[in-house]
Amino acid sequence: MSTVTQPQASPLDASTHDARHGKPGPGSMSLSTFLSTYVFSRDHKVIGLQFLFSTLVWFLIGGLLALAVRWQVAWPWSDVPVLGKLFAQEGGQMAPEFYTMLFTMHASVMIFLVIIPILAGAFGNFLIPLMIGADDMAFPTLNMLGYWFMWPAFVFFGASFFVEGGAAAGGWTSYPPLSTNPHSAPGSGMGQTLWLLGLTMVGVSSMLGSVNYMTTIILMRAPGMTMFRLPMTIWAMLITAILQAFALPVLTAAGFMQLTDRVIGTGFFTPEGNIINNAAATVGGGQPLLWQHLFWFYSHPAVYIMILPAMGMVSDILTTFARKPLFGYRPMVYSIAGIAGLGFIVWGHHMFVSGMNPALGITFMVATMMIALPSAVKTFNWLGTIWGGRIHYATAMLFALSFVSMFIIGGLSGIFMAATPVDIFIHDTYFIVAHFHYVLFAGTAMGVWAGIYFWFPKMFGRTMNEFWGKVHFFLTFIFLNGTFFTMHILGAVGFPRRLADAYHYETFHHLQPLNAFMTWCAIGMVSCQIIFVINFFWSMFYGPIAGRNPWNSNTLEWTAPSPPGHGNFDFQPVVYRGPYEYSVPGCEKDHLMQTDPPHPAEAAAAAAAHA
Amino acid sequence: MDKDIRNEGWSSGLAKGRRWAGIGWSLLFLLVPVLGVATFAVAPVYDVWLPKDVSEHGRSIDSLFYFILVLTGVVFIATEVLLFWFMWKYDAAASAKPATYIHGSHALEVVWTIIPAATMLFLAIYQMNTWADVKMRRPRIAPSAEVVARQFEWRIRYPGRDGTLGTTDDLFVVNDLHVPIDEDFLVQLKSMDVLHSFFLPNLRIKQDAVPGMKQPVWFKATEAGSYDIVCAEICGWGHYKMKGRVTVESRADFDLWLERLEAEQEATQPAPEPATVAAD
Repeated sequence: MSTVTQPQASPLDASTHDARHGKPGPGSMSLSTFLSTYVFSRDHKVIGLQFLFSTLVWFLIGGLLALAVRWQVAWPWSDVPVLGKLFAQEGGQMAPEFYTMLFTMHASVMIFLVIIPILAGAFGNFLIPLMIGADDMAFPTLNMLGYWFMWPAFVFFGASFFVEGGAAAGGWTSYPPLSTNPHSAPGSGMGQTLWLLGLTMVGVSSMLGSVNYMTTIILMRAPGMTMFRLPMTIWAMLITAILQAFALPVLTAAGFMQLTDRVIGTGFFTPEGNIINNAAATVGGGQPLLWQHLFWFYSHPAVYIMILPAMGMVSDILTTFARKPLFGYRPMVYSIAGIAGLGFIVWGHHMFVSGMNPALGITFMVATMMIALPSAVKTFNWLGTIWGGRIHYATAMLFALSFVSMFIIGGLSGIFMAATPVDIFIHDTYFIVAHFHYVLFAGTAMGVWAGIYFWFPKMFGRTMNEFWGKVHFFLTFIFLNGTFFTMHILGAVGFPRRLADAYHYETFHHLQPLNAFMTWCAIGMVSCQIIFVINFFWSMFYGPIAGRNPWNSNTLEWTAPSPPGHGNFDFQPVVYRGPYEYSVPGCEKDHLMQTDPPHPAEAAAAAAAHA
Repeated sequence: MDKDIRNEGWSSGLAKGRRWAGIGWSLLFLLVPVLGVATFAVAPVYDVWLPKDVSEHGRSIDSLFYFILVLTGVVFIATEVLLFWFMWKYDAAASAKPATYIHGSHALEVVWTIIPAATMLFLAIYQMNTWADVKMRRPRIAPSAEVVARQFEWRIRYPGRDGTLGTTDDLFVVNDLHVPIDEDFLVQLKSMDVLHSFFLPNLRIKQDAVPGMKQPVWFKATEAGSYDIVCAEICGWGHYKMKGRVTVESRADFDLWLERLEAEQEATQPAPEPATVAAD
C-alpha cells in the first residue's frame, strides 16, 4: 500500500536514535545523560509526561484560582480563608480588581496552560507514535522545543501575578480598549503585556506540536496502518492539529497587534477620542470589534481543539470496556471533521450582542445550529457503542461514560445560546458559564481523567488503584454537577458573569444561598482531587505491575512493553485490521489486536455482518 | 518476541465485576436526568427563574426559551435514560452473553442525522423573526434618549422639548432611566471609554456599548415599575457596581418627571449656555 511507510527505512531515524537520547544503562547515569534523558529529552514519551506533570501542576493552580473566585461570589467581601493570606492585599478581604484578575487568570491558565497542552501536548505526544506504530515523532527536536516553549509562557503567566497592578484583569478574552489602555484597569499594565507574551509562547508551542503531529500521523504509520484503521484518538489528534495550524496564526497576529497597540502606540483596536478614566483622549481610528473577530476566529476553533482529542480518547476507552466495536467508525471520523470544518465559520456566535451587524448574526446562528448535528451524531454513536456490549466498570470507563453523559448537557445547553433571541438574555450570564464548564470541565477534564486512568499502565508500567479511582470518580461526579448544573438556573435569572458582588441588584439579591451551595460543592470538588494526586504518585511506585495489555485492548500501544523503552516497540508492528475488533464471533478470545495475524473467524464474522 | 507480549488482563479492571456495582453505577448516572429535571422544576418555585418580563418583545424571547427548554429537555431525558438503561442492562456481571458484534448501522446513522438536522434547521428559521424584531426592525422614531456608558455609570441624556439630541435643552441624568409605558422607546447607546453592556433583565435587552460606535436599542415597556440596569460586559474593577435603574411609568408621570428634571437643571444653570457640543 502506498500510504504505508516503513519506519526503519525512514531517513529521519538515523539522526534521532543516537545513544545520547536512549535510556542509560544502570549505574551509568552522568549529569549530562540525566539531562538529556529526563529534562531535555527528545523522546516523545518523556516529553508527553513532562507536559502531563506541568499541566497537572497548573491544573491545581487554576483550580485554586477558581475556588477564590467562587469564594467571592458566594460570600462577597468576607475574608478569604487560607488563600486570603497568600494573595489578597487588604487583610483577608478581596479587592474588586483582584477579583477581576482571579477570573481572568483562572480562565487563561485553564485554557492555555492546562486543557490545550494536556490534550495535544501530553496525550498527543505520548500516544501518537505508540498508537500508529512509530518509534518516535517525525521531528523529535521540534517536539522537545514544543515543550520548552511552554516554559516562557509559565514564567510570563506566573510572574504577572507579582508585577505592579497584578496579572491581566480584562477577562481571558482581553477585549480592548479595557485590555489595551493601561488607564482602564490596574491589570491592564504590565500584567496584560505579560499575558500577551505568554499567549504567544503557548501559540509557538502549539504550532510546533501541530506540525509534528500532522507529519507523524501522515508519514510514519506502521505497515498496514491505513488511515481508516487509525484509532479515534489519532483521528481526533490529526484533525485537532490541522485546526490548530490554520486557526492559530490569526490569534498570534492579533496578539501582536494588541501588543503594539499597548507598547508602541498603534491603534488597531482603539477608536479615536476615547476618554478613559479622565486620561487624555485616545488617538486612534481603530475598531474594538476587530479584536473580537480575530480573537474568536481562533478561540472558537480552540473550543474544539479543547474537546475533540477527549472525544477520541473516550471512543477508544468505551469500546475497550464495552468489549464491542465502535458503532459507526466512519460517521465518527466524518463528524469530527464536520465539527472542525464548521468550527471555522461559527465564531460570530460569541458576538451576537457585541454590536456586530445583526444580519451577520443570522448567518452565524444558522452555522452554529448546524454544528449541533455532528455533535449529535457522535453522541448517538457512543450510545450505540455501549448498547449490546459487556460493560466493565473500570475507573477509566466510568470517567468515559460520564464524559458522554456530561457532553449531552453541554451540547444541549449550547442550543439556547445559539438561538440569537435567547442569547440576548443569557449572554454573559451564568448560563454560559454552565455551558462551557459542562463542555470543558465535565467533558474534557473527565475525558482527561479517563485517559490518565486508562493509559497510566502504559506510562508507568503500573495500574492505578481502582478502588480509590472510583472514589475519586464518584466524588468528582457528584460535586461537579452540584457546582455546575445549578449555574443553569442561575443563568436563567440573568445572573451575570464576572461581577464581584451582584447581590445589591434587586434581580439577584436572593441568589446568595444558591451560590454558597455551589461554592461548597466546588470546594468539595477541588478537595477530592487529593485522592487522585495520592493515587497517582503512590501507584507510580507501588501500584500493581501492569502487563503490556492490562485492559485487553486492541490498539498498537498495548503491544509495546509497559512502559515502552526507547524506540517504543521491541518488534516491528504490522497492522492487519481496524482498532475495534472486540467480541468477534467464533474467536477464542474476545478481542483481536491490530497486530494479531488474520483469524479465520474474522472472515466468517465479516461475511455474516455484511450479508 | 518477548514472552510477556501476550501478557493480558493483568489488572483487576477486566476481572468480573459484581452485579451490585453495575447497578450502583447505572443508578448514579440515572441521577443526572432525575436531579437535572428536578432542578429545573423546583427553581421557579424558589423564584430562581426568568425575571418578570415587562417588555413587548420579551414574550417571544421567553417562549423561544421555553420551546428550546422542552426540546432539549426531551432529548436530555431520552439520551440520559438510554445511557442509564444500557449501563444497567449490558453490565458484564449481569449475563454471560457475549457482546454484539456490530460495526454500526447505515439506516440509524441516516435517521439520527436527518432528524436533528431538520429540527435544527426549523429552529434556525423559526427564531429569525424574533431576532429581526429585537435587533433589525428599528422603530422609525427619533432617539428617545441617549445612554453613554462610562466607568462605572450610565450617563443618560434626554432630547428635551425640541425632541432632538445634542441641543441646548437636553436633559441630563445619571443611572436613572425613565421610560413611558406602552410606547416605543429608542435608545442611542454609546461608550466613552471601554466596552460595557446595557443589560435590562426585565426588558430582555442586552446590547454591548462599543466606543466609537452608536448602537440603537429599542423596546416597548408594558408594565409600570422600577427595574435594574446591569452592566454585563467586564469593564474594569468597578464593573460589579455599574448599576442603574429603569423606571417604567405612565406618559403623564414621565412628562412630569421630565419637567421636574428641566426645572432642576434650569435652577442650577445661571444662564443658558451657548450651544453645547453634541457628544457625537
